[in-house]
Amino acid sequence: MAKVVLQLGELTCPSCMTKIQKAVSNQDGVSDVKVMFNAGKVKADIDEAKVSGEDLGKVITELGYEVKKIKTKEIA
Amino acid sequence: MKFNIWVQKNQNKMTAAIAILIVISFIGKFANLPMVETPAMILASIIGAIPVFLHAFTALINKVISIELLVTIAVIGAFVIGEYEESAIVTFLFLFGSYLEQRTLQKTRSSVKNLTQMAPTTAELVDEDGSVSTVDVDDLDEGDHVIVKPGGQIPVDGKIIEGKGYMNEASITGESTPVEKSIGDKVFAGSLTDNGTITVETTSVGEDTTFGKIIELVEEAQDSQSPAARFIDKFATYYTPAVLIIGILVWVFTRDFPLAITVLVLGCPGALVIGAPVSNVAGIGNGAKNGILMKGGNAVNSFAKVDTLVLDKTGTLTTGKMSVTGLDHFGDDKNADMALLSAVEGTSDHPLGTAINKYITDQGITETKDLPELDTVKGQGLQSNDSRILVGNERLMKHNGVTISDDARKVIDTKMNNGDSIVLMAVDSELKLVVGVNDQLRSDAFEGLTAIKNAGIKRVVMLTGDNKVAAQHVADRLPVDEVHAELLPEQKVDFVKKFKEEGHKVAFVGDGINDSPSLATADIGIGMGSGTDVAIETADVVLVKSSFDALAHSYILAKKTVANTQENIIIAVGTVALLLLGLLVGVIHMASGMFVHEFSILVVIFNAMRLLRLKSFKKSPKLDVNQVKTA
Repeated sequence: MAKVVLQLGELTCPSCMTKIQKAVSNQDGVSDVKVMFNAGKVKADIDEAKVSGEDLGKVITELGYEVKKIKTKEIA
Repeated sequence: MKFNIWVQKNQNKMTAAIAILIVISFIGKFANLPMVETPAMILASIIGAIPVFLHAFTALINKVISIELLVTIAVIGAFVIGEYEESAIVTFLFLFGSYLEQRTLQKTRSSVKNLTQMAPTTAELVDEDGSVSTVDVDDLDEGDHVIVKPGGQIPVDGKIIEGKGYMNEASITGESTPVEKSIGDKVFAGSLTDNGTITVETTSVGEDTTFGKIIELVEEAQDSQSPAARFIDKFATYYTPAVLIIGILVWVFTRDFPLAITVLVLGCPGALVIGAPVSNVAGIGNGAKNGILMKGGNAVNSFAKVDTLVLDKTGTLTTGKMSVTGLDHFGDDKNADMALLSAVEGTSDHPLGTAINKYITDQGITETKDLPELDTVKGQGLQSNDSRILVGNERLMKHNGVTISDDARKVIDTKMNNGDSIVLMAVDSELKLVVGVNDQLRSDAFEGLTAIKNAGIKRVVMLTGDNKVAAQHVADRLPVDEVHAELLPEQKVDFVKKFKEEGHKVAFVGDGINDSPSLATADIGIGMGSGTDVAIETADVVLVKSSFDALAHSYILAKKTVANTQENIIIAVGTVALLLLGLLVGVIHMASGMFVHEFSILVVIFNAMRLLRLKSFKKSPKLDVNQVKTA
């Protein structure tokens, strides 16, 4: 398991959160997704065997949002 | 989806282009140039529809019916029936509204941004060979040594291993008065050295530092929803499709297409969706600036409803620091007896002993050197092997047959009535010294508790493990309604449970370590810590700046935040109601409806921003981002 933090470019609307939340949550191997509009961050727990931080970055980019930085940290 | 990102990035420029095209079109209209007027409006509509359509589309593929979908349908509808002016102005107002919303929201988010900007990014790492190199804080590990020069920012949490100086810990505690620190003292990432060069051994870096945790907590808290926001979010998911259906029904029954699409525009739940979260963000943001961490909308909401405030005594209402209130002598050589007492107390690390030792040393009296061996008598004090010297409470004296004269009795009783703890010293069965020691009341406790009661707390209860006399003495000097003394931690929990069962909303204020069970049991646990991990993690509200000003401010802030949320909901719902009324009487059209909508969004944002300006009832120090930038 790992914790991934994606730093996004500026989000223009609070409703963007709902879209990102749904799209990221729908990915296999992802749990506990938090989209932080004010901080412009997405946090999620991932099963690295199934999905990577980069995969989530791609999903968000496809929705039309810029991903600036992806940080993955192993958790027990 | 590069186009999508391009549009997202250039949305504001596109909005400006639409504005220019609309102006050109109006010029064409007044100059009677139909060749300019209509194409400019058509172009403006198309450019404006692109970002709105893209937002609507990406939402729809994620099964979300968004506001943008309503606007897209309305714009396409207006376009189809040839109302190019309407379609262009509606998209412009919608996008311009988003721009203004974005700009003003940035202000409410500024507290988090300021905090983030204050986070250190680089460190001066001391290598094994003693050379110093500048590295990114992310590259540091536990145990690394970093050097911080005067005016520099401490990059990690750690312990000073060399040097000393004054630290400004405003970013952690909100308190800008510098604190002197030397070898062995803990320092926090984000604080500044006012003077002195120090070498720090790293204990934690980045997100694991106290400062990192504060930032993370504020970020998460600002985005966590209050119950009102959650309700509105749920409501909006049904509300938007409902507006869509109503629009269709209006068209089916009236065959009035312009009316149907006007209903779609008017039904946009913009202010309703943003009203509650923006109050939350502003309220929590104000707290963060004042050294108050409120863990999310739920905490704010529950705190605002609290009517019973339960406090621990030692370390909360009192400073937890003992000091001598008076020393009375009954022998011949006062100085020699004081020196002996100081020497005996010097062997113990009991808080009473430390206070006495400090008091005697401050009088300029030095300890006697030839001290016999001492034994500890549990619960009574200390005595020498031969029982010649006795230092402790009355029980110790009685056990050893020391007589207490009438004069000494009077002194002891007076001190006890003052709530002092008593320490006696006898030599050769003769009472020599009577010392009163007291825990200092926090200087701001009275004012803070008075302010919090004025703000709506009905009952202030003090729970303490200390003796009844000392507890009552503290309570007598404060606006405390109830005192329960000589309690074990589990008995404190029982009291909190009892108050809750009686139907009260209970907040418990403690130092976050010994009081964890009570903090967890209460509706709201308030940690009066000084930036410690435990305090940050266990409580719902953390007062990093451990003061009663902060306690009162946090309660007033929670109440104002909840009231502000309610005001915003009223503004939002009221706007939709007025717009529908305006539509019925024929004074509202598509573009004017959109204008009023966008205006109402700005009104709720500006209303929330009032929370950012809420000052402590006493002026409290603020975090100053410029201080970091210039350091």
